[in-house]
Amino acid sequence: MQFMLLFSRQGKLRLQKWYVPLSDKEKKKITRELVQTVLARKPKMCSFLEWRDLKVVYKRYASLYFCCAVEVQDNELITLEIIHRYVELLDKYFGSVCELDIIFNFEKAYFILDEFLLGGEAQETSKKNVLKAIEQADLLQEVRHKTLRRLKLYSRIGREM
Amino acid sequence: MSDVVEKTLTALPSLLSLDSQPGSAKLSSTSKLGALIRGITELTSKHEEEKLIQRELASLKDQVSSPNTSMRQMKEAMVRAIYCEMLGYEASFSYIHAIKLAQQGSILDKRVGYLAVTLFLNENHELLLLLVNTVLKPNVPQRYDTCNTPLVEEKLNHPKEIIRRKAVLALYKFYLIAPNQVQHIHNRFRKALCDKDPGVMFASLHIYLQMIKGYKDLTASFVTILKQVVSGKLPMDFNYHSVPAPWLQIQLLRILSILGKNDQSTSEIMYDVLDESLKRAEINHNITYAILYECVKCIYTIYPKTDLLEKAAKCIGNFVLSSKINLKYLGLKALTYVVQQDPKLALQHQMTIIECLDHPDVIIKRETLELLFRITNAQNITVIVEKMLEFLHQSKDDHTTIDLVGKVAEIAEKYPLQTMNTVFSLGGDMIQPDIPNSFLKLLSEGFESEEENKKLRLFAVDSYILLLEGETRNLPQRFLQVISWVLGEYSHLRNDLDPARVMTLLTKLLEMRQTSSETKTWVLMAMTKLCSGEASVSIARSVCEDLSSSMDTVQRQRAHELLLLSQDRALRSQLLPLCSDPEPLEVDSSLSFLDAFVSEALAAGAAPYKPPHQRQEELAQQKALSLEPYELSLPINMSSSCVTGRQSPTLMSVSSGLSGDSAELSHKGGSTTLKLEGVKRVWGREGYLSKKEPVEEVAQAEIPSPLSSPNQHTGASGTSSNTHPPIPTPEPEQEKQQLASSLFVGLGSQSSLCLVRADIYSTQDVPSHSVAVFQYSLSVIRPVVHFEVMGMLSYQSSHKSHEVEFTYKLPLTNFIRPFTVSTEQYGAMWLAFSNDTKQNLNLVTDGQDSLTDTLNVLKGKLNLHIVEIIGMEGIVACRLAQDQPCLLHCHIHAGTLAVWLRSPVPDLPDSLLYHCQRALEGT
Repeated sequence: MQFMLLFSRQGKLRLQKWYVPLSDKEKKKITRELVQTVLARKPKMCSFLEWRDLKVVYKRYASLYFCCAVEVQDNELITLEIIHRYVELLDKYFGSVCELDIIFNFEKAYFILDEFLLGGEAQETSKKNVLKAIEQADLLQEVRHKTLRRLKLYSRIGREM
Repeated sequence: MSDVVEKTLTALPSLLSLDSQPGSAKLSSTSKLGALIRGITELTSKHEEEKLIQRELASLKDQVSSPNTSMRQMKEAMVRAIYCEMLGYEASFSYIHAIKLAQQGSILDKRVGYLAVTLFLNENHELLLLLVNTVLKPNVPQRYDTCNTPLVEEKLNHPKEIIRRKAVLALYKFYLIAPNQVQHIHNRFRKALCDKDPGVMFASLHIYLQMIKGYKDLTASFVTILKQVVSGKLPMDFNYHSVPAPWLQIQLLRILSILGKNDQSTSEIMYDVLDESLKRAEINHNITYAILYECVKCIYTIYPKTDLLEKAAKCIGNFVLSSKINLKYLGLKALTYVVQQDPKLALQHQMTIIECLDHPDVIIKRETLELLFRITNAQNITVIVEKMLEFLHQSKDDHTTIDLVGKVAEIAEKYPLQTMNTVFSLGGDMIQPDIPNSFLKLLSEGFESEEENKKLRLFAVDSYILLLEGETRNLPQRFLQVISWVLGEYSHLRNDLDPARVMTLLTKLLEMRQTSSETKTWVLMAMTKLCSGEASVSIARSVCEDLSSSMDTVQRQRAHELLLLSQDRALRSQLLPLCSDPEPLEVDSSLSFLDAFVSEALAAGAAPYKPPHQRQEELAQQKALSLEPYELSLPINMSSSCVTGRQSPTLMSVSSGLSGDSAELSHKGGSTTLKLEGVKRVWGREGYLSKKEPVEEVAQAEIPSPLSSPNQHTGASGTSSNTHPPIPTPEPEQEKQQLASSLFVGLGSQSSLCLVRADIYSTQDVPSHSVAVFQYSLSVIRPVVHFEVMGMLSYQSSHKSHEVEFTYKLPLTNFIRPFTVSTEQYGAMWLAFSNDTKQNLNLVTDGQDSLTDTLNVLKGKLNLHIVEIIGMEGIVACRLAQDQPCLLHCHIHAGTLAVWLRSPVPDLPDSLLYHCQRALEGT
């Protein structure tokens, strides 16, 4: 996979992940062009696009468009399922995900994506394993904060005592 | 004490909940990021957003560079910086801090730091080296670079599968970047493949997909793995919509197809498992189709096995016939893939393919064309190229256009002649003039091998001879030109072909009414190259006799050349050697060789050259100027770059030096040539029976019987041709006679210069009462203000012969027709036309709305069409009878009507402007 873009129906970019080195200018240009092309397509149309020398696979979930660019020889249907699996993961993590979840917690969305796709390839296809990895990381975070707070708390208690 | 503990316990949850929790978007809205996002959504304009972000970035910059910022705040700032970058604003100041965060923070902070780094930096960024240093410390091998291979290698043995998995993927990236750096650890990959964790095994497949060629021995292992997967031996976790590990299956199928390609023994190992996969994939879900598609692809790639192929073909049928558009698309794609091996498969789905060709979704259309492209053969090429060109016409996307043009070109390479013939006959006279030119160049310069060239040229000669023997009437002029050039140049290659036969075929072209004078010149050129041998020379002579009195001076000159050269063989072979190497011709486009002539003329008192525009203005100032002198001052066509060589049969060449006396003539002729086509004229014995409204159809068949007999007198070669231009300017008397003769009978031969024969009348007994009607159609080739038609009527009464001369002047307005277009069409055309003139004209000021009044006057007098009038502006369109439009843009400026004329026809704006001026002067 070359890159993945998430954007809203208004054309606002929500998430971008590039697996090929490109200059910022190039990225912006591609994003603009692609967002325009995809938004212009009608709902009954095919989810695949031949765009430049790439194949673009996109799918709309509620107000969000998920859009992946893959090499021409790649399997379009499985790319569509990669998108779907990612949405499933988001859904499971956030609990019926909506666009706002992704806007406000976009770093989480990135973490999930990174556990699922690495360097443009699907690294872990088991839903359970991806979520496990994310939860572990989150747990780590909570545990750390908990200990921190406890320490503070104890020190306060200690003072009070 | 206990109450303290209790207090603590109650306080705890609220404290904890301050931190971000998975699954809750609401809480983060209190964060700074939340504030930023909300701030942005409240804004109304892009400009405000810009201002807000710039402010945000400035405060971020302060924050990250301040030493007091804690890691936690830094993490938060980083998230905001990522957000700003996503909105398209640069936050490069934060890059270095992102690395710092990744270096120094706690694990969680590091995570955000890494995330920021992966999003900010690309492979070539200078900070990356610094990052590699950072990565070497912690034990998350997420980043990659060629120098830390050993480190990652170690991680392959890590007890945790998640880390082993990531290490394998990291190595995969190394492999993609620098394959030879990881050569020594190939056995490690094998170990990863045998890993007990399916995730790690799956990750290793990425590597094997890249370098599988050298691992034929692993085929059996891959087949076993696939078997296990298909039969559901993997943990349930890996199921996706109750399909076992689809990603793994697809990856394996890809690897197998590479392994089995052109290798029968390897392929045989996998037949069973492929069969199994096809069978298993039954559930109607996208994911099973994804596997099926990959399976079909694999079956068609590996060494073929009949019953598997049949099953796969059936499978493709399911795709193509599916109502789901995505599946249909893939079905087409699969067909594209397989038709190369089995074109018959496409036959089964003909109807679907035809439907898809007209599908509203361009992507489907495009894929169908791709499919058609693969099944192109000598028979269907015409239709396919036609469809492709049709698509090209509508396509707006550059990439598609380039790709498709490439495809047409590819077809052209495979079937050069058929394709080009198709392009010529379809594109007709619409195609750019340089396309036939470059095709001829291709033929003459040829390909690498001489053998190929000869074959191609012979094939061209054969197919063109065949074409000419058939119906030639509908072939476009440009195609005829190409044909005559090829025949002239290469028919000598075919030894058994008698040049006289080719000459006869070409003569047929000359006699055709539709053949334009330009084409005729090409034909004559070809004849000049061909005329060797008794028979050809005699054909040439008769052709020359017919054309030597042609009104088209270029034709006449060519005919003259033909005559001379056919008699002087030595000169001919010297001038037009067979198979000469193309030498670059230099054309002096600045016409500097005329400088001496010009300065001489100026010295002798001639007026300096003025561009038409300037002349027009001067004319407007001196309104009394009569039109005759003006007419003469119109630009003369100075196309004297002469090329008579074999290699470029250019048509504009006039002065070849062989017959110098005609050069001067041709200049005059060129500027005012009339093409007698498209306008009906009625002539009677009493002279001109004026009929003001010419009909566009060429009603040539309406010549009454008594007068059709002169045609018979002139023999077979002298049938009527209606492309003889009358010349309006004073010329030698003989010229006039020639003009008249050709104008009337269209026979063009001086020997048969008789229009109304006495014997015709004598047969009718009452000559004075019979009326002879001649009809000629006139059409404008180059517009001038007035056209002068001259003629001579000669007849015999009892013993004396009589001659009556007449002239008639036709203003350009007779040829102008209203041109009905929409404003949009007008706009599109306006931009495309290159010849333009601007001028201020008088306004009609009687009424209230002077613009409308003025335009109505123009409409009434000049037969124009008013497209639209908006306020002070109006657009008007007209055309010559031959579909040569002229657009007028008028607006009121400082009490005058500022008119801007544009047309694709040179001189038309100038000439029309003159008439506009006249029309408004009278009011």
